[in-house]
Amino acid sequence: MAVAEKRILLKYADEPGYTPDIECYKKHGGYQMLEKTLKMKPEDISAEIMTSGVRGRGGAGFPMGMKMKFLDRKSGKPIYLVCNADESEPGTFKDRQIMYKDPHQLIEGMMITAYAINAKLAFIYIRGEMQEGARILENAIKEAREGGYLGDKILDSDYSCDMVVHRGAGAYICGEETGLLESLEGKRPNPRIKPPFFPAVLGLYQCPTLVNNVETLCNVKHIVEMGGEEYAKIGRPNNTGTRIWSVSGHVNKPGYFEFECGALTYGELIYDVCGGIPNGRKLKAVIPGGSSAKVLRADERFKGKLKDGTEFDWSIEDIPLDFDGPMAAGSMSGSGAVIVMDDTTDMVEAMANINAFYAHESCGQCTPCREGALWLKKVTTRMVNGGAREEDADLLKSIADQIEGRTICAFGEAAAWPVQSFVAKFKDEFIEKARAQANGAGKNGKMGAFTLA
Amino acid sequence: MELKTELVEEIDALIPKYPEKRSAVLMLLHKVQEDQGYISPEAVQWIAEKLELQPINVQELVTFYPMLRQEPIGKVHVKVCRTLPCALNGAYATCEKLQSELNCKLGGTSPDGNFTIEFVECIASCGTGPVVHVDETMHENIRPENATELADQLKAQVKSS
Repeated sequence: MAVAEKRILLKYADEPGYTPDIECYKKHGGYQMLEKTLKMKPEDISAEIMTSGVRGRGGAGFPMGMKMKFLDRKSGKPIYLVCNADESEPGTFKDRQIMYKDPHQLIEGMMITAYAINAKLAFIYIRGEMQEGARILENAIKEAREGGYLGDKILDSDYSCDMVVHRGAGAYICGEETGLLESLEGKRPNPRIKPPFFPAVLGLYQCPTLVNNVETLCNVKHIVEMGGEEYAKIGRPNNTGTRIWSVSGHVNKPGYFEFECGALTYGELIYDVCGGIPNGRKLKAVIPGGSSAKVLRADERFKGKLKDGTEFDWSIEDIPLDFDGPMAAGSMSGSGAVIVMDDTTDMVEAMANINAFYAHESCGQCTPCREGALWLKKVTTRMVNGGAREEDADLLKSIADQIEGRTICAFGEAAAWPVQSFVAKFKDEFIEKARAQANGAGKNGKMGAFTLA
Repeated sequence: MELKTELVEEIDALIPKYPEKRSAVLMLLHKVQEDQGYISPEAVQWIAEKLELQPINVQELVTFYPMLRQEPIGKVHVKVCRTLPCALNGAYATCEKLQSELNCKLGGTSPDGNFTIEFVECIASCGTGPVVHVDETMHENIRPENATELADQLKAQVKSS
């Protein structure tokens, strides 16, 4: 029996008749929390967020309360709030659901956060391809302004804050928070070096800036509603709240699901919630947190000790669906994107596909990433196009190892980790590819030909 | 370069939303491209003047961001997601089917000028892949088997426009 979803953020989004307009939102209790918080002290809201333990839902899983604490409030410069709505980690499609179906929830979460940090201007940086999403948000902001929920003297208080929707233009690197800020300043989105450019100190226009993901900011509304302590009871210690998981690839029922953190395992998600693998095939591998996360093999055992001292011995199916589970298994939950691959998947082709992505998306600022990601793509493309060599597995690992840790931002790791894990865990397939091709086979992949661009 | 009055008004309303003018550049590029179909050298010049920037400050964005283009495209812009979750469900075969149905090469425009087909990277709808983004509309679950249906729909759309 499948564990039931616990829908907090997505409570209404898919309800029949629920519409993205403000009237509908207010009928469902919308903006009451903003009203309540405007009567609170800003520092008390920050304290509730800290107590809640809510971790960032964008990829890094950094505690939001800590980010707020790091904000430089003594500089005298304006403080900005930026919502990272550049949802672009391959496999992720959760923020889209909120923005398209329940935009006011995001706006309310943002306004509460903005009040807590005394921001006078907030931005939503939405990915360029979501034209419709941008229109929905623009319209929602207009409605909220007319209703007095944002703009001048919000709900007749002394607090004023406006909100701007800003569209990206198709670049994955804009999901990296300092790249996003560069983009928002009208420049190429080359990520900034940290230190000194931590957004909390030197963010947008060199001012203190809080950058959080859509899902994270929506949580703020619910933290205020139930109180940080109550919120922290949802999920498990260090893994509080619910998370929206995006499941794609080879499952019978792909989709997005909101669960209490750790309420179920990856196995239950794949088999019970998503109906298992199609056509009676078997599970081969899972990428547990977006394409940057290290791949997990179906017959792999994960052993070790958790932080609380308990020993574990897991297969993929036993890994708890939360932040710390995949981390303990040597990977990460990232943006909550679970990509499932069945036993027909050619891992060299899957690798080639991922490498093409990172080669295309590297901003080009750091040489190891720009050149390395390109070479990773060139090698795997050659492999699937009939030119595989037995030594390619080692070559790929060598290139990836030379990227990791040598770049300004985490994109270098995002490009290296998939390669390191694919090659380590499926090395026999990489070698077999070369042998099969030497015998005249294996030259036409099931995903279709890969071309070098 | 002459832009429509309405467009200039929209642009003039957009700029003051930002604390610094330069921030508006990407939004201006979107506005101009949506109106003209692409970003011409004249458009780069116009936007640079409007925001008191050097043309290179605008041009370097046009060459960086995948959504911005320097050449006109067909009447209908077909973007097939090729990233892993879509590829696992047949996106490459879907793309081939669309190419033959619309008589259009990947990365090019059909001889009748009606269609441009491109591969794009993940567009955040992986649960309903393969996804095909046509102009501003997302088409979901476009497997090779039903790609012809979408192609017919697009051909009819061009005819009636």
